[in-house]
Amino acid sequence: MSEDISKLEHIASQVRRDIVRMVHACQSGHPGGSLGCTDYFVALYFNIMKRKAGFDMDGIGEDIFFLSNGHISPVFYSTLARAGYFEVSELATFRKINSRLQGHPTTHEGLPGVRVASGSLGQGLSVAIGAARAKKLNQDNHLVYVLMGDGEQQEGQIWEAAMYAPHNKVDNLIATIDYNGQQIDGATEDVLSLGNLKAKWDAFGWDVLEMNGNAMSEVVAGLSEAKSRTGKGKPVLILMKTEMGNGVDFMMGSHKWHGVAPNDEQLAAALAQLEETLGDY
Amino acid sequence: MKKYTYTDKKDTRSGFGAGLLEVGRKNENVVALCADLVGSLKMNDFIKEFPDRFFQVGIAEANMMGIAAGLTIGGKIPYTGTFANFSTGRVYDQIRQSIAYSGKNVKICASHAGLTLGEDGATHQILEDIGLMKMLPGMTVINPCDYNQTKAATIAIADHDGPVYLRFGRPVVPIFTDPDQKFEIGKAWMVNEGKDVSIFATGHLVWEAIQAGEQLAEMGIDAEIINIHTIKPLDEEAVLKSVAKTGCVVTAEEHNRLGGLGDSIAQLLARNTPTPQEYVAVDDSFGESGTPAQLMEKYGLNAANIIAAAQRVIKRK
Repeated sequence: MSEDISKLEHIASQVRRDIVRMVHACQSGHPGGSLGCTDYFVALYFNIMKRKAGFDMDGIGEDIFFLSNGHISPVFYSTLARAGYFEVSELATFRKINSRLQGHPTTHEGLPGVRVASGSLGQGLSVAIGAARAKKLNQDNHLVYVLMGDGEQQEGQIWEAAMYAPHNKVDNLIATIDYNGQQIDGATEDVLSLGNLKAKWDAFGWDVLEMNGNAMSEVVAGLSEAKSRTGKGKPVLILMKTEMGNGVDFMMGSHKWHGVAPNDEQLAAALAQLEETLGDY
Repeated sequence: MKKYTYTDKKDTRSGFGAGLLEVGRKNENVVALCADLVGSLKMNDFIKEFPDRFFQVGIAEANMMGIAAGLTIGGKIPYTGTFANFSTGRVYDQIRQSIAYSGKNVKICASHAGLTLGEDGATHQILEDIGLMKMLPGMTVINPCDYNQTKAATIAIADHDGPVYLRFGRPVVPIFTDPDQKFEIGKAWMVNEGKDVSIFATGHLVWEAIQAGEQLAEMGIDAEIINIHTIKPLDEEAVLKSVAKTGCVVTAEEHNRLGGLGDSIAQLLARNTPTPQEYVAVDDSFGESGTPAQLMEKYGLNAANIIAAAQRVIKRK
């Protein structure tokens, strides 16, 4: 187990390097949330999900993932590339003209690994529920994962979906909230308080667990626990505590790096803290 | 003027209900969703026969559109059902991002479109939905004219790979199209060949156009009437061919003058062969409560308005 964790940590270090390099190269994008969710993405794609080789849109016979808070596309793209969905060299095209790696993820340019466009917030949970219901109709005994932001919980559609899934016993679904307490304009507590998120999701009828999202062993354990709770009549929700900017000291703990790119010196300072483990793209 | 008669009248939404049941039998991937309007959308027969392929989502249209998008991942062909207002304006961004931009094979089926919803009033009478939907890249927009055509369209769209907006309504109207018709998306239907004026009509206005054509014939005006059931993609060839013959145009639709069928035709003509055109449409206003017939009269959407428009536009040739 510890050997597995250390392998995942190696991958995560490279993904974090990819994120800051991608955002620096185009001088735009969202490094903060991407860095905070890196351990989750790496654990999911390299340990937790049962994935087929290659990519097809329907994803029958495998676990599938949706990113609802599409602005953390850098971590999604890096993870997909490192997991073999496309060449890592393509990460250099992020947010540039004629790229498949749009600012926010899309199916429109045919990037393998992406199953729906996201960016306009609040929509991913509904899509994931639909995909989970399709899996049940197809008697496909695999799981659907979806990641949402915590600021995104302010969107009304989230709560339509939150009400729907328990009523319909969508129990092949594991939704995760990136609970970093930050959004563009500041702390969620100051912008629009989320209140007691755990109590809210509990009250809606979800099986809720809490997890530290910035320690690989705890992420793997938490996701494994979530998997064990599927198939029992309730959808599963993970409240994942993360730190925005995790892994780069000067980006941590503030909303200021939500959507700001590092300059040359800041990039060098960030890369000095992140070991190159798999080779830069 | 070719003679059209009818022996029966029904609402176009019942054509949708009948078509949904039939396409459900033909294609096991067809599934249906509804936001608490099962009776209004006439979905009961489908639900009775295919309970496992029906999803009641409650009064949560945004969630319905997202779930529909998700159901396509795994090969399902979802038909969503609610009123036209809640099928479009209320959920525009969900359709835009999760369905249209994502290229999802969702059939957005919208009843109670336009003024003929009647007494419920303007909150429910959307007159902007054709415009909203046709502006989305990749979206097909269909507005059939009677029960038979709506049924045929409902069945046909399952075989089209891509998002579709299917618009129909509540009032009971004459059934005058062939019950065994083959519905071809994007292929206009020649209702009556004529040489003096081209009348392009969609939805409930097609029957009004036929009534107008008969009266115009008595006045010695030979009107060509074409049913544009598919507003997008527009049958450009049929429109241009007709206009080459007649040299003037009336468009008729139960929709705002801005952004509907008339504007699609005007744009086509402006790019190819600028032609005098008169609009029979709602003049950029909201509707109100009333009976369907009262509303169609007050807002200028009946046969008399089509006749007047034809007379005006012929003078502009």
